[in-house]
Amino acid sequence: MFKTEAGEEVFIIDGHVHFWDASPENQRNVHGAQFINCFHDYHSALSPQEYVWPADKFQKYSLDTMVDDLFGHGYADMAICQPTYLTDFYRNGFNTTERNAAIKAREPDRIILNGAFDPRDGEAGLEELERLVEQHAIKGVKLYTAEWRGDSKGYKLWEPWAQRYLEKCQELDIKNIHVHKGPTILPLNRDAFDVADIDDAATSFPELNFIVEHVGLPRLDDFCWIAVQEPNVYGGLAVAMAFIHPRPRYFAEIISELLFWLGEDRLLFASDYAIWQPKWLVEKFMAFELPEDIQEETGTSLTLEVKKKILGENAARLYGIDIEAQKAKLRRN
Amino acid sequence: MTALDGGENAKSQEVWDQLATVADPELDEAVTEMGFVETVHVDEDDGVHVRFRLPTYWCAANFAFLMANDMREALEELPWVQRVQVELSDHYSAEQINRGVAQSGSLRETFPNEADSDLDELRSIFGRKAFQRRQEVLLRYLLQHGQTPQALLGLRVRDLRALPMADAQAAHLLQRYLDGLTTIGVAAEASSPAFVTVDGQPLDPKTLKDYLRTLRHVRINMDFNANMCRSLLQARYANTSRGERLGLSQPE
Repeated sequence: MFKTEAGEEVFIIDGHVHFWDASPENQRNVHGAQFINCFHDYHSALSPQEYVWPADKFQKYSLDTMVDDLFGHGYADMAICQPTYLTDFYRNGFNTTERNAAIKAREPDRIILNGAFDPRDGEAGLEELERLVEQHAIKGVKLYTAEWRGDSKGYKLWEPWAQRYLEKCQELDIKNIHVHKGPTILPLNRDAFDVADIDDAATSFPELNFIVEHVGLPRLDDFCWIAVQEPNVYGGLAVAMAFIHPRPRYFAEIISELLFWLGEDRLLFASDYAIWQPKWLVEKFMAFELPEDIQEETGTSLTLEVKKKILGENAARLYGIDIEAQKAKLRRN
Repeated sequence: MTALDGGENAKSQEVWDQLATVADPELDEAVTEMGFVETVHVDEDDGVHVRFRLPTYWCAANFAFLMANDMREALEELPWVQRVQVELSDHYSAEQINRGVAQSGSLRETFPNEADSDLDELRSIFGRKAFQRRQEVLLRYLLQHGQTPQALLGLRVRDLRALPMADAQAAHLLQRYLDGLTTIGVAAEASSPAFVTVDGQPLDPKTLKDYLRTLRHVRINMDFNANMCRSLLQARYANTSRGERLGLSQPE
């Protein structure tokens, strides 16, 4: 919980966190090493110096570290675990639902455990999705459309099997589809980051919510167009958020752009822990004001009310969390 | 480095200048300006070797291919150059890209199972975005410096070329836009209107402000990506070699 100077409470849901294992023992090949290398570069490039971890800690951190960084001093009241399997790169997977279940077991009232699916798993994957619902009562899935799987270097949401999985989600009451684009989707003569398939899926499945992680970056412009047309498309702020430290003016431009096109009800705070930590992100975001010229030009403002929506209320609405009841529950336990 | 240092350095400088004409299509920034070019070497027989790297191991292979191939073509334009080798390092497709650029210059031939055409469409998409960004920046600059929407939208290409600019930076904005007009081919004649949409449609002074709003997010996206790329490149190559830093010696 964050408290303003005036004593007002701000309920915080971190919309995107991981409990990964990228240790050398778990790396299957050079891609596993390069994957965590790349994350570590993101981490070092944008974090304040005092929050930068050495590479070995970053590869694998303990449950205690994570619980403390999120809920101890990190201000988060709740967090959503978003799995990323990457079994072609890591022997036991990078950050599977099962691995994340360990932190859910430790903090059952604070963790929202999401699952994942991959349409290339065919029928067996549909059954696995049912199992995830039975065992973990998942309400959301994280999709990594650029994941390598044997010879395949990714998939698009408009492919027939992806459609079947989305139908299954509807049937199983999995409402929240978090989508992340990576760089290696085929064919290579097209734009790998093209977000048009999200547009397509959002139109075909109006009852599902599509949370586009990293607000479609590096295609923020295309994402904004889509989100204007599709009321069930949301923006997850991981990555964009971290610019608040090294380049606050760019952060202001991005957030004002998003507020202009999507509005304040469709943006979700996220740290992408352990790439970045909620503690400094929340502190800086709460202290942040849009420069006057940007406010004037876009007609947007980042008031306390808007910040509260982004930091927790919007995610609470998507996941059916009554904030006041949840606060009381957390106080009791 | 000056011409007095002799032929070698003058030639290296020519290579650098030529590389500066090659842009990252996603960012519309020169590969040299982005810090992608690591080393340039001109050998005794006028063979040129260029080594470049990107902000991540995972940067999109198609853009990496495009930049490598554009660099090769740009250098082959220099009359004294005998051979060109462009080498990408630290990238998941480095080997294929390096071979493909050296052999065919065709994406489809380089990745026969992973590309069903060459890169014209991709280049066109990003060429359009680059044009919009250049136009927005120039229009805003001119509006802030005393021009009215009516006057601006009345300009012909020849008037814009002759427009006096306050300083070198402003002149650069103008030149970039004029180059963009040529590339995109929407205002081919000196008598064509200087400011039209990317599809060649006329603009209305009354709605110019809204038009600029719609272009704004193209620029913000490109600027954001350029910043991200600079920060990542810096983080990636700032410290020790990567093999030392994280257990790279673990292949299965």
